[in-house]
Amino acid sequence: MIKNMYLFLPEIYLIFLVIVLFFQTLSKKNLSTQWLSYALFIGLGVCFYSLPAKGLLFFNTYKIDRLSQFFKLLTYLGLTICVLNAKKNPQLTASVKKSDYYLFMCLSSLGILFLSSSIEIFTIYIALELTSYSLYILVPLRSNSPKAVEAAIKYMLYGAVATALGLYGVSYILAVHHTTFLTTLATQNWNFTASTLSIIGLGLFLLSFLYKLSLFPFHFWSPDLYEGTSNETATFAAVMPKIGAVIVLIRLVSFVPCVELKTILAIFAACSMTYGNILALVQKDVKRLLGYSTISHAGYMVMGLVVGTTQGLGSVAFYVFAYVLMNLAIFWVITHLGQDGNNVSIEDLQGLYQRAPIFAFVLAVAAFGLAGIPPTIGFTGKFFLLTSLWGHGFNWLVIIAALNTGIAIFYYLNLVRFAYTKEPTEQELATDFNSNLVAFSLSVGILVIGLLPQNIVQFLINSVSQLKP
Amino acid sequence: MVETWPILSSLIFFPLLGVVFLIGIKQEKAIRIITLIISLIEMGLALPLLKFQLNSAKFQFIEFHPWIKQFHINYHLGIDGISYLMVLLTVFLLPLCVLCSWNYIQKRVKEFHICLLLMTSACIGVFVALDLVLFYVFWEAMLIPMFLLIAIWGGPRRKYASIKFFIYTLAGSTLLLVAIIAFYLKGGTFSIPELLKMDFPFHFQFWAFLAMAIAFAIKVPMFPFHTWLPAAHVEAPTAGSVLLASVLLKMGTYGFLRFCLGLTPAASVYFAPLMIVLSLASILYGGLVALGQTDMKKLIAYSSVAHMGFVTLGIFMFNLRGVEGAIMQMLNHGITTGALFMLVGAIYERSHSREIEDNLGLGKYLPAYMFFFGLFSLSSLAFPGTNSFVGEALVLIGVFEKYKIVGLMAVPGALLAAAYMLRLLQKLAWGEPSKGKNFTDLNAREWLYLVPLGLLVFYLGFAPKLALQTMDKSIQKSLIKVHTVQKSSNINLTLVKKEKDID
Repeated sequence: MIKNMYLFLPEIYLIFLVIVLFFQTLSKKNLSTQWLSYALFIGLGVCFYSLPAKGLLFFNTYKIDRLSQFFKLLTYLGLTICVLNAKKNPQLTASVKKSDYYLFMCLSSLGILFLSSSIEIFTIYIALELTSYSLYILVPLRSNSPKAVEAAIKYMLYGAVATALGLYGVSYILAVHHTTFLTTLATQNWNFTASTLSIIGLGLFLLSFLYKLSLFPFHFWSPDLYEGTSNETATFAAVMPKIGAVIVLIRLVSFVPCVELKTILAIFAACSMTYGNILALVQKDVKRLLGYSTISHAGYMVMGLVVGTTQGLGSVAFYVFAYVLMNLAIFWVITHLGQDGNNVSIEDLQGLYQRAPIFAFVLAVAAFGLAGIPPTIGFTGKFFLLTSLWGHGFNWLVIIAALNTGIAIFYYLNLVRFAYTKEPTEQELATDFNSNLVAFSLSVGILVIGLLPQNIVQFLINSVSQLKP
Repeated sequence: MVETWPILSSLIFFPLLGVVFLIGIKQEKAIRIITLIISLIEMGLALPLLKFQLNSAKFQFIEFHPWIKQFHINYHLGIDGISYLMVLLTVFLLPLCVLCSWNYIQKRVKEFHICLLLMTSACIGVFVALDLVLFYVFWEAMLIPMFLLIAIWGGPRRKYASIKFFIYTLAGSTLLLVAIIAFYLKGGTFSIPELLKMDFPFHFQFWAFLAMAIAFAIKVPMFPFHTWLPAAHVEAPTAGSVLLASVLLKMGTYGFLRFCLGLTPAASVYFAPLMIVLSLASILYGGLVALGQTDMKKLIAYSSVAHMGFVTLGIFMFNLRGVEGAIMQMLNHGITTGALFMLVGAIYERSHSREIEDNLGLGKYLPAYMFFFGLFSLSSLAFPGTNSFVGEALVLIGVFEKYKIVGLMAVPGALLAAAYMLRLLQKLAWGEPSKGKNFTDLNAREWLYLVPLGLLVFYLGFAPKLALQTMDKSIQKSLIKVHTVQKSSNINLTLVKKEKDID
């Protein structure tokens, strides 16, 4: 057991960080948390080092494979940017220390690390709860904001119901198949007529993750959450839970070829992208707009799950990567734009090209990426999804997805238009070198990986193909 | 074929390199001069293209590198007779665009020139891409700089025009993406030359044609999809209008030629009557609406609709003369309409109005200006001896060869062109009362960008042989497939007839 612990390195490292943060919160003094960002950069290195690791841990409930390691790297990347982003967080409630805030962020990310490797249903469940509960605490930490509290309550109630239903579903699976190990479940018969009960159970279990993904019709919390909570927390809530949800969904869907379930997912996906895009058209608050755009992106991600082929699942993994990069970039700009911590409306973007040229560029790249215009990673990801979906009986979904690009472009284009064509009404934005650097490297990532995705796609498709029994 | 120097790649990426270079420069004058130098170097880089072999229908100057192996996407470039002239036109127009915006663009000069260079890259990319995905990437990427050109440096209604342009073209091309994916699944490759060799079942061609044709028809633009064009043209800055008219619109007709005729010949034949009717509608409608315009730019924009109608009409005749004429017309329209937009821009710099009423009677005061305006107007109405005459005549020959009735209906379109262009010319030259007294005639810079275009008008008007030679072989090759389809359907028809006769 102990000799295999090096496989567990990324988790151990984060647990170590959590412990240090925990002791910091105990102290009465408000200690500096500057070290955390550096520590996380080392963590990225650790993750990169353990990318090729492979093995089983903890009585076969915990699988280290290439896919899990990739998602861990992604989690670390997201966490690092989120921590850097939250360095200022001007609206943090007065009684809360920085270290408290970071503690819960790291705990939530730890849950995502666990999620990406768990292959036993109850382990998954516990990891999910760790992720969610830390986030429930983070959301209302915005001083004097009833909206943040409202968002937190909504998020928690929805979450509680969704996970409860999920657990209920697990009982069905357990009743039919007498096991909770995904490896054993994969060998069972998942025909709808043969095991109706367990398919229903699995559907309910999937629901608790589709809720995390904010797929229609489990999406109601998402715009409220984005708008209500502080910009920094919104960044975290927009990006991180999606990583955890998708990895579990990929693992679950990879062994269930049940057409009925897929058809339902396909219908949800189609509704989700259309609904999200249409409602985003009329939003004034940029974060709320992004909340609706997330709903439509959830639809795109589910599209790859619907196919369930190696190519499809690999495309989903790639799309999550794209989604994380683009959202981090656009939220980075928004957070730095609302410097006193207020929400940013579309009008606030006016003349950004003069107030902060680099941010305007990053905003444009991220917006075009989210809209799926080449040559960005958003287009590449969407293209892979559409290609892998075509010819598997869901051609109608491909057409709906393609048409949705036409709807979505309006509101993304609006962001760019405000940033580039209107004259500024406010003074120049004070930006420092570091924040420009982070923003710029994110946008370079969006462009370069969009043009040269070969290596990452290859890695992902190979790692997904190992999932199949 | 081993190519030591990647000519086409250098044409695509050199402007991008120029963009990187421009970012570091502050002075406006320096930016203009450097962009001009970049565009001249770009022309120099295009010189090796003159080695193009005329008597071959093959793709030449091929470059091939694997790009994304898992999805069989390659970086595959090459040109044939259909795209060759379009590439040359794009490269040729870049320095002229820089020159014609020398005074016109006064704000955010650096961004403007960056957009111009990005546009050039993407436009060349569209014409030389031999991989469907690569083609689509360039096709869409080109929207972004064009959107910015209209939205930032445009006229008073730029917001409306830019968004309409973007959404219209993007919405059209979403289905093109679906068609591309469908071709991949059906044919197993994204490579255009390989797909061109395949035959697809009619049912598949039917839907693929529709999906592609909407994208291309919007870009051309054909009659019911044309509404974005006048708005975009009127609001865009001069260089934007020139690029829009001369290069962007050609992408639509290029798409028809390369993809609709090449990949879905049976469906093209099937839909030809519809396309012919829409082309006629474009010609007549564009001409009639142009007749009633008071804004010079709008007038020329509607004349574009009519001219492009001739192009699509020629394409869907499926005979050598018709398609030859169509490509010639594409080239001619690029030269003539581009020049007319430049001239309107030039007079706008003087009178600050594009209304015909504000620019009456310039003949006396601006003789050189009126000379060029007259020249290009005559070319626009296809006066014999100018370039457009060759194109339009070829198209009409092609049409009369095939359907006399259609030809008879297209001829009034040509007459309408004379009516609206001569009306414009007459008012501009002799109208009363004239404000031209205070205006100065063309300066050296304006001569510089008008003379090459003027020379081309005469060159293509009197000696179109070389241009026609470049395209003949490629056209014949692409028509072979269509003709086999037509023949087989004719045989079927005659068989049915014979059977009936026997009965």
